[in-house]
Amino acid sequence: MNIDSIQNGVVIDHIKAGKSMEIYNLLQLYNLDCPVALITNAHSGKMGAKDIIKIDSENLDIDLDVIGLIDPNATVNIIRHGQLVEKKALTLPLELRDVLKCKNPRCITSVEQDLSHVFRLTDKQSGTYRCLYCEAKAERRN
Amino acid sequence: MRSLIDILELSTQEIDELIATANDIIEHPEAYREKCRYKKLATLFFEPSTRTRLSFEAAMYELGGQVLGFSEAQSSSAAKGESVADTVRTVSCYADIIAMRHPKEGAPLVASMAASVPVINAGDGGHNHPTQTLTDLLTITREKGRLNNLSVGFCGDLKFGRTVHSLITALSRYEGIKIVLISPDELKLPSYVKKDVLKKKGITYVQTRDLEAVMPELDILYMTRVQKERFFNEEDYLRLKDMYILTPDKLHNAKSDLSIMHPLPRVNEIHTSIDADPRACYFRQALCGKYIRMALILKLLEIE
Ligand SMILES: [Zn+2]
Repeated sequence: MNIDSIQNGVVIDHIKAGKSMEIYNLLQLYNLDCPVALITNAHSGKMGAKDIIKIDSENLDIDLDVIGLIDPNATVNIIRHGQLVEKKALTLPLELRDVLKCKNPRCITSVEQDLSHVFRLTDKQSGTYRCLYCEAKAERRN
Repeated sequence: MRSLIDILELSTQEIDELIATANDIIEHPEAYREKCRYKKLATLFFEPSTRTRLSFEAAMYELGGQVLGFSEAQSSSAAKGESVADTVRTVSCYADIIAMRHPKEGAPLVASMAASVPVINAGDGGHNHPTQTLTDLLTITREKGRLNNLSVGFCGDLKFGRTVHSLITALSRYEGIKIVLISPDELKLPSYVKKDVLKKKGITYVQTRDLEAVMPELDILYMTRVQKERFFNEEDYLRLKDMYILTPDKLHNAKSDLSIMHPLPRVNEIHTSIDADPRACYFRQALCGKYIRMALILKLLEIE
């Protein structure tokens, strides 16, 4: 894989330096069987330093919107045949299923291991997610 | 098929309808004696709450229905490690409607997603207790004839009292409500309730430690119990629990038609000498609890 350019896939750019590993884990990129490049502390005129993730895959089926949870300022570029075809705007998903874990010890999810951890976006402006079951606020990562 | 997990699932119109049904039951109890004949209510109480359970059971019996269930987790399948979902799937085979109390927040919601019959949340930890709120709303309507244009004082533990949070939330949907918050600094209403409910809905509210100073303006005084289990040390509990003990002399400047409410059980926060005062309505409130549950059971079972 050529780190500089990919033919088909996704480039997640302008990630706050140091945050790329969190995005890698949240999107579970370790499960992909295509090449994934993590570039940390790259030089950026605007930001000083930034992280970049490049995913080299023709048909990628992952929910990129959740990136906004970690870094709402990251940009997502879709690449086809070496060309930038789409700059994807990040909109926070209305529901997160098994993405975040409820940390409330009084929540039913704390005793029933088989339950999905579901969070709903309850306030778009502040990006607040609350547990479907106990309504505890999700702990934001940024 | 509907369940009731959170009071806000009911529109104000539906609440009005429930209150109307409850009032009709109070006036014509004989007309309702057979409404739930051959129907069964399962009371699944994973933690004990005798008062709430008896209220549900009495409600179902007065509708001519029958009741089955358990009153603590030790005697239930949960003790053997069964999930809430499996328990209610099984119980759905035996009962037409379920009332569930559970120490974990969200358990009744999980139940409602798995059950094939309606589920009523009868309290999930410190989270929701919609039938208590319905009880309070029916009581206020019966005492005051309205749910709007009221000055409502809440006194005692406003920090942990879910009864208080959820009644404030329910009242915030009506016009002309003024909320008066009376508590020690340590037990003030949490800021998220102020922000998400009072400020968001533009509700007028005041916060004070001085009950007597605000007494003259109150239409309703909602007293609460300071719960021992909320405190880490005995000292704090003992200091705070006796801060507001309602005695007859404290009512000297109260309105003549004040309504004194309390979700019960009380410890000592309302002196027993007040019980005979016509303004004390906490026992009428307990009675309302049965009637509004009857109305709710009818609604969820879609019985006219
Ligand atoms: Zn939760």
